[in-house]
Amino acid sequence: MDFPTLIQILDSTLRLATPLLLACLAGLFSERAGIFDIALEGKMLAAAFASGAFAAISGSAWIGLAAGIGASVMLSLLHGLASITFRGNQLISGVAINFLAAGLTVLVAQHWFQQGGRTPSLLGDGRFSPIKLPLADTLSRIPVLGPIYSELISGHSILVYVAIICVPATWYVLFRTRFGLRLRAVGENPAAVDTAGISVVGLRFAAVVICGVLCGVAGAYLATGLQAGFVKDMTAGRGFIALAALIFAKWRPWFALYACLLFGLLQALALRYQNLDIAGIAVPVQLMDTLPYILTVVILAGFVGRAVPPRAGGEPYVKER
Amino acid sequence: MTVMPKWADVILVPLISLFLALAISALVILAIGEDPVEAVQLMIEGSVGSIRGWGYTLYYTTNFIFTGLAVSVAFHARLFNIGGEGQASLGGLGVALVLLFLPWPHWTVALFAAMLGGAAFGALWALIPAWLQAKRGSHIVITTIMFNFIAAGLLNYMLSYTLKPAGSGDPASAKFSPSYDLPTLNSILTDLGIQAARDDSVNVTFLIALLACVLVWVLMWRTRLGYEIRAFGHSETAAKYAGISPLKITVIAMLISGGLAGLMAINTVMGEAERLVLNSTGGAGFIGIAVALMGRSHPIGVLLAALLFGFLYQGGAELSLWTSIPAQLIVVVQALVILFTGALDNMVRMPIERMFLAMRRG
Repeated sequence: MDFPTLIQILDSTLRLATPLLLACLAGLFSERAGIFDIALEGKMLAAAFASGAFAAISGSAWIGLAAGIGASVMLSLLHGLASITFRGNQLISGVAINFLAAGLTVLVAQHWFQQGGRTPSLLGDGRFSPIKLPLADTLSRIPVLGPIYSELISGHSILVYVAIICVPATWYVLFRTRFGLRLRAVGENPAAVDTAGISVVGLRFAAVVICGVLCGVAGAYLATGLQAGFVKDMTAGRGFIALAALIFAKWRPWFALYACLLFGLLQALALRYQNLDIAGIAVPVQLMDTLPYILTVVILAGFVGRAVPPRAGGEPYVKER
Repeated sequence: MTVMPKWADVILVPLISLFLALAISALVILAIGEDPVEAVQLMIEGSVGSIRGWGYTLYYTTNFIFTGLAVSVAFHARLFNIGGEGQASLGGLGVALVLLFLPWPHWTVALFAAMLGGAAFGALWALIPAWLQAKRGSHIVITTIMFNFIAAGLLNYMLSYTLKPAGSGDPASAKFSPSYDLPTLNSILTDLGIQAARDDSVNVTFLIALLACVLVWVLMWRTRLGYEIRAFGHSETAAKYAGISPLKITVIAMLISGGLAGLMAINTVMGEAERLVLNSTGGAGFIGIAVALMGRSHPIGVLLAALLFGFLYQGGAELSLWTSIPAQLIVVVQALVILFTGALDNMVRMPIERMFLAMRRG
């Protein structure tokens, strides 16, 4: 593998890791607050459709982004209504939301655009175009570091940089602010938070809405950044890979970045090579596709560093009377 | 729950949930510019309006009975088996291996062997998540989701490399021997002297599915094991105190659950496709969740809910043929049924409970 190929693979790794990272951080907020969310997939899908559709109609990627966030937050609120207000089963609610998004996106896309469940291809300002960082052209002639700067670090759409900035931002919010402390507490011991006179319901809804916003950005990136428009089922399991990454990272922001980069690399390799030859052994693409899930099961099994979820995760909070 | 009489809990609440789900579905149809009344008429005509329609409706029902029972058995042990899809596709692999590589003298023997193969592979695929949950405390929902994807990858690999006949382009196994063809219900009726129209969708597997309903009922309510599973589901600590081993119950409940999901493959793989194709399950594993929730995890409820979803599936397929409503409408209905009967159960239940409370006081 020569150097330019390596740069290309890493470049595509970064692109493919972006939606995973955004969805993973979304899940991090929700699950740290004690609300399991297996509907990352559905929220991303709804956001991808809404942003693809509204960007196509308005011609602006920014309006698309806003619509994507809106659609995703609506599903988040539905999840909140079911699992926080009515204390329903969070996992069942998640399953329902995934199907709801899978069905509704195609139904509405067909009704609006009559293109077999897709949105029209986005042109020009309908997409987030690559941003050239300062001096990218000038520095590109420097050996090794030049291409790394001009091709790997520069030249992505703004949402890629947003996703990366979200990592320290998430860390700061969760571990250095009062809101973050309370949010983590509500995922570990909601009764204690309640005793302190802080609203468990309010905190959990806040977490769920943040989760919706981030999933919205992730979905918008799929339809208006990574690709040009929405196609049926375009999330293709990314929400579940993000969930896997979240467990792999043991619900920590920086490790979420590493896990998503690893899973992004696997996707980039699977996309580029049908059969990867590692030391004379042909690795089929199917193995590369399923490796994130296999690794997550291994981590969950606790053979390599046990993953312990937030203690109150999945349990609806019932106030004592 | 002592507030409500039993009939309200078993019949009234699910019916109201179903009504809400269908009402919102009708609004969705209106919103995409179609006529819900006409849509319902088309669905009824296409699914139960003809013998052919009934054939497909019951064919889908057969799948949903198996997956619905699979989810139900796990629910009784308070285990949420989301992996029915993966277990059913592994079941398909088991059925295909048994039928492709071993010779069988007659379809009856082949069917029996295929059932064993399908159930064994499905159960095996459920065993690992069960063991990990009981022994290592890893959440069964997450592991079964992961196992769905791993199963998809494994089947994709097997069909692209190992099972694909030489020279064939599409990822599918070779056809099974024609002597293993399962008789259709129609041909059985004809043999009995009853004239029916030509169809080759619903087959003897439907009768096996009905038998499975009875056996699951006997198991859950008439055997010691079923009692232990239900006791474990009601209270893990109480079950432990009574000497019931959590490891044993988790593993056995999931083995039965995975085995039932795997049995679905005799209908789809052996009965319909007569070879193993990619995505032979067609999402039936997930519909099992809706069926189990709707049917309150009771075999009779599962049977009725499976019939309803069979009707919706066949009707939805017809609908997408004759109107511009995509078949994804059924996915929306399915989502709404799961939402109202599962996640928003309390929303439906609480006002009814209040009503009964008021009636008792009044």
